[in-house]
Amino acid sequence: MSSIAIIDYEMGNLHSIAKAVEHVAGETRVLVTSVPEKILAADRVIFPGVGGIGHCMESLLRRGLDPVIREVAASGKPLLGICLGMQAMLERSEENGGIDCLGLIKGEVRRFSDSLNDNGVKLKVPHMGWNQVHQQTHPLWQDIDQDSRFYFVHSYYAIPAESADCAGVADYGGEFCCTLARENLFAVQFHPEKSQHAGLTLLRNFSRWDGRDS
Amino acid sequence: MALAKRIIPCLDVDNGRVVKGVQFVDIRDAGDPVEIARRYDQEGADEITFLDITASHEQRDTMVHVVEKVAGEVFIPLTVGGGIRETADIRRMLNAGADKIAINTAAVFNPDFVRQAADQFGSQCIVVAIDAKRVEDDAQTGEPRWEIFTHGGRKPTGINAVEWASRMVSYGAGEILLTSMDRDGTRNGFDLALTHAVSDAVDVPVIASGGVGNLDHLAEGVLQGHADAVLAASIFHFGEYTITEAKQYMVRRGIEMRL
Repeated sequence: MSSIAIIDYEMGNLHSIAKAVEHVAGETRVLVTSVPEKILAADRVIFPGVGGIGHCMESLLRRGLDPVIREVAASGKPLLGICLGMQAMLERSEENGGIDCLGLIKGEVRRFSDSLNDNGVKLKVPHMGWNQVHQQTHPLWQDIDQDSRFYFVHSYYAIPAESADCAGVADYGGEFCCTLARENLFAVQFHPEKSQHAGLTLLRNFSRWDGRDS
Repeated sequence: MALAKRIIPCLDVDNGRVVKGVQFVDIRDAGDPVEIARRYDQEGADEITFLDITASHEQRDTMVHVVEKVAGEVFIPLTVGGGIRETADIRRMLNAGADKIAINTAAVFNPDFVRQAADQFGSQCIVVAIDAKRVEDDAQTGEPRWEIFTHGGRKPTGINAVEWASRMVSYGAGEILLTSMDRDGTRNGFDLALTHAVSDAVDVPVIASGGVGNLDHLAEGVLQGHADAVLAASIFHFGEYTITEAKQYMVRRGIEMRL
């Protein structure tokens, strides 16, 4: 039986993710854990997170989980970052006065501008709700209609240094990259566990993914 | 491509059953919360809000079980409010599967609770619910004024609703759930002036609530009230309209929706 470990470092509601994965992953064993050995022993790993990046990185470091995530990334095992987990994969975020992150993917994280607007209408921050994602070719998008809507809630967004690392874009007062993909890493700004059919399909695809990007 | 406006059905839950009062008096039984949530999810609800109106503390456990059950089969955002007084209440609901927690009365009596909750759990899951009633117009400017009321709209607090919304956002609220106590249960439509005033005063999303009687009211909440989301209960519970019909109507009015 294959297994998926969801990294528990007390940053957000992991139960929703576990429930959604259990719902679609068939025989897969799903465990929510902060134990490095269990994370490293799993076939696939989900790195979630909500809240502030400062607190997130501090919690990872305190639990000794940063080398664990690096090891998973280097192992070639499928690794899925969600929301803050995605942002933490980049090199640096400007949140909380500037925080160094894991640097698994080159690039940085910035806040949406307060003066964001759409044809003169002021846009709210956080970007909260269902927005369309324009997908680039990747096996994890299989069976999901192009431009499907996913549920977002965030005030900061990723800017990958290399455009080849971006596998999906959304528009909020301008296009931004909402999905990163590089070899066995896939990371999304939105919440697949809260995005009904489209989100569940993505999680099902991940539960079967071999970690190759084509 | 743009962010969709949201339609949020609201389930008032009393001792494990969905009820809907008309101005907090006439309580009609509308059914099993899990069954109703499942139906709304299938019809395309963008989110579901549960308000626990159970008075006694012992029966609050019932709400935790309802949330657990819904979260196990409905994969859209779930908001839970009612009786949230301490961070332990928030943690319990988040662990049960809620995504956002609405704080109402506790915020009025202890504003720092909102700051504490946002620090601990993140602004993204802290919704401040505001029950506002129109009071006398401002003597100097002649502009309309609204005040915060507690205890189901019975007790005035003297707090200006628009200023309160801004203050709650500065304390870390990630969203405002704005209910007009004048309109709640009347089916006469949202208080659009109130919705407009609050929505334009804050940077976070505002959910309009209170008074929806038909689909036109939902569209007005977005188009004239500038709401980011619209919340309604009875028009959906008693089968007058499905969420799908509501969304199709909004699209015809030129509003971006998830279909």
